[in-house]
Amino acid sequence: MPVTVEIPVEKWMGKVLEVTLGATADEGGTRSHTVTVGGETTLPFLHFEGEIPNPPCIAIEIADRRPDDWSPLLVEAWGDVMDDPATWAKAAEEAGADLILLQLSLTKDGDTPTTAADARAAARAVLEATGLPILIFGPGQVDADNELLVAVAEEAAGERVVLGVCEEKNYRTIVAAALAHGHLVNARTAMDVNLAKQLNILISDMGLPLDRILMDPTTAGLGYGMEYGYSVMERLRIAALQGDKMTQLPMLVTPGYEAWRQKEAKVGEGVPESWGDWRERAILWETLTATALIESGADIVVMRHPEAVKRVKAFIERLMK
Amino acid sequence: MALTGLQIYKLLPRTNCKECGFPTCLAFAMKLAAKQAELAACPYVSEEAKAQLAAAAAPPIRLVTVEGPGHKVEVGNETVLFRHEKTFYHKPGIFVRVKDTMPLDEIKAAVKAAMDYSVEYVGMDLFLDGIAVEAASGDADAFAAAVQAVREVTDRPLILIAEDPAVMEAGVKAAEGTRPLLYAATPDNWEPMAALAKEAQVSLAVRSLDGLGNLAELAEQIKGKGVQDLVLDPGVRDPVSTLVTLTQLRRLALKKNFRPLGYPIITFPGEGAADPMEEAMLASQHIAKYGGFIVLDHLTPASAYALLVLRENIYTNPQEPIQVQPGIYEINEPKPDSPLMVTTNFSITYFSVANEVDGSGLPGWLLVADAEGMSVLTAWAAGKFDAERIAKSVKTTSIESKISHHKLIIPGHVAVLMGELEEELPGWEILVGPREAVDLPGYLKLWQPS
Repeated sequence: MPVTVEIPVEKWMGKVLEVTLGATADEGGTRSHTVTVGGETTLPFLHFEGEIPNPPCIAIEIADRRPDDWSPLLVEAWGDVMDDPATWAKAAEEAGADLILLQLSLTKDGDTPTTAADARAAARAVLEATGLPILIFGPGQVDADNELLVAVAEEAAGERVVLGVCEEKNYRTIVAAALAHGHLVNARTAMDVNLAKQLNILISDMGLPLDRILMDPTTAGLGYGMEYGYSVMERLRIAALQGDKMTQLPMLVTPGYEAWRQKEAKVGEGVPESWGDWRERAILWETLTATALIESGADIVVMRHPEAVKRVKAFIERLMK
Repeated sequence: MALTGLQIYKLLPRTNCKECGFPTCLAFAMKLAAKQAELAACPYVSEEAKAQLAAAAAPPIRLVTVEGPGHKVEVGNETVLFRHEKTFYHKPGIFVRVKDTMPLDEIKAAVKAAMDYSVEYVGMDLFLDGIAVEAASGDADAFAAAVQAVREVTDRPLILIAEDPAVMEAGVKAAEGTRPLLYAATPDNWEPMAALAKEAQVSLAVRSLDGLGNLAELAEQIKGKGVQDLVLDPGVRDPVSTLVTLTQLRRLALKKNFRPLGYPIITFPGEGAADPMEEAMLASQHIAKYGGFIVLDHLTPASAYALLVLRENIYTNPQEPIQVQPGIYEINEPKPDSPLMVTTNFSITYFSVANEVDGSGLPGWLLVADAEGMSVLTAWAAGKFDAERIAKSVKTTSIESKISHHKLIIPGHVAVLMGELEEELPGWEILVGPREAVDLPGYLKLWQPS
């Protein structure tokens, strides 16, 4: 006789908010379609006890100019398209991106600061090159972020672009720009549940509805503290499902940036022989960082290498079956 | 239902003899209640009390050991679903599969390559746990010869894979003197397999392809024959069924204390994957979500490194951030005019920086500030690596007396601290180093003490 097994089913009370990126012509933008993330009523891929209405998405990171510090493997993979954000955006779309993340640089050439007009031009070019919803991140310095993001927010008015990165020291101007021009924001905190909640509260107190906020709890690459981010994401998602409103936002993390800044991915020379083949290791580093984070609750992963994107995309498809 | 620590305490001898390894009976009772100790550790507990406690005191997931002369793997005995709730205790054993249809020379070469593999990560040497030998030939002699060949090359533990009990028996004989895991008892062969495992006093994997109810029935039947150390294969292979089923098994054990399925789980990521990269992705899922023994078909140095590092990360105790002692570290015999760098005491950060400086061959002083075990950016955001703390570590160590210059290199990620630091450390020149450790050798080549 088979033993009767009662599978424990969690009756979660909460639900992750659905957040829609991009706006079509009907909605005041020019995107060919929108992308919705979130909406989960259970932990990642436990389809038997809840709804997972939207699969996790992959944003491919491109930049307004050829980055100086990217690994030669990434340069080899993308080639000349890196010299032109519009061409790069098209290539990223062909590589399977669900979303395009445009990273603005601090300088045009390592010396001359990027101007508001430069940022507008890059944003405009990318919006024209692709129909995918886009995210635009500033260079990460308060003054430059404020200047450039305000300009691109206006340039992309109505497109429901995700503007980033909002941090506690620097969220007001970016949130105000999102409010004024119908955009969303990415709210980043340093691997801490309470800091994440606090920033979400500060942003929503400015009047931005919660369904226009993505939460970025920060991650780290495999081998470099990834487990901290992993566990903070699990805790945030459990809190959301238990009904804690200020954690019920879809999560965005950046495994591409985190994996590719580590030596394992970045360089091929002067490393131990036991690290194995460079290209294989680098792609695995990004791929495994991204999949671990997806399985701990990420709704959007920002990635860099087309082969890693292909791998993670196929894995997500299998996890959604 | 599980008993509380106090309920258990009342059934113990209450003599505080300490022979269990705990200072008092109460402390031991509390550990039993938390399922972190075994009753067998108490030599004086009465038979009656044993019977009462046995059901409640055993860990909800049985600890299973496989062992070779040179290495032991223990899995099971986990107490939480999520690592942040406490920690995961027993790292899954990572095994590499060879088949007895391969020529013996090839088997030996493959085993040697896998078992010789070793990689350093934050000061630890990581390696693979053992070899799974499969009787793909279906022939007892061939299987025995393969097991023998493997043993000639490695003293790490084995998993023996065979469906036919007669073939398995030949493998068990060839593995004599070790404690392998036998894979697997199925609805068709379980009686002789259980007899074999009992006779050899080794652990036995149980496989059922049609649902947890049948798996539980089979496990109970085998347990009834006197085999206690079981390992489960619920027969799922694709990523989503594996995630769901392994989660259900962990929940059944921990939330329902469901004994018939309270065992570690064995997985075969290669059987659910189209190619080695996908196999590594599946294996990574099994490391994070509840695999006990993970048997790989394809492993390269790159994938072994990535998976071993992931395993370290997931099984790091979140209650105890891995830290190094704050203070001065001397790399490559630094002189008074060698550069001085500062970083945090998060062990991963420390090793990244120290390895780069060491590898550059250039001498340097590395000042490790107490940032409560956080990485540079995290510590900075949390106020644990600010100008005040860095200045304090400069002042409280004897670094000033060891160097002939007053230049301090700070990580590029905290370039904003430069002004404040120059105020905190009058007479010092603050230099902004690279953002990432990997760029340090290039930076240090340009070092000028004056």
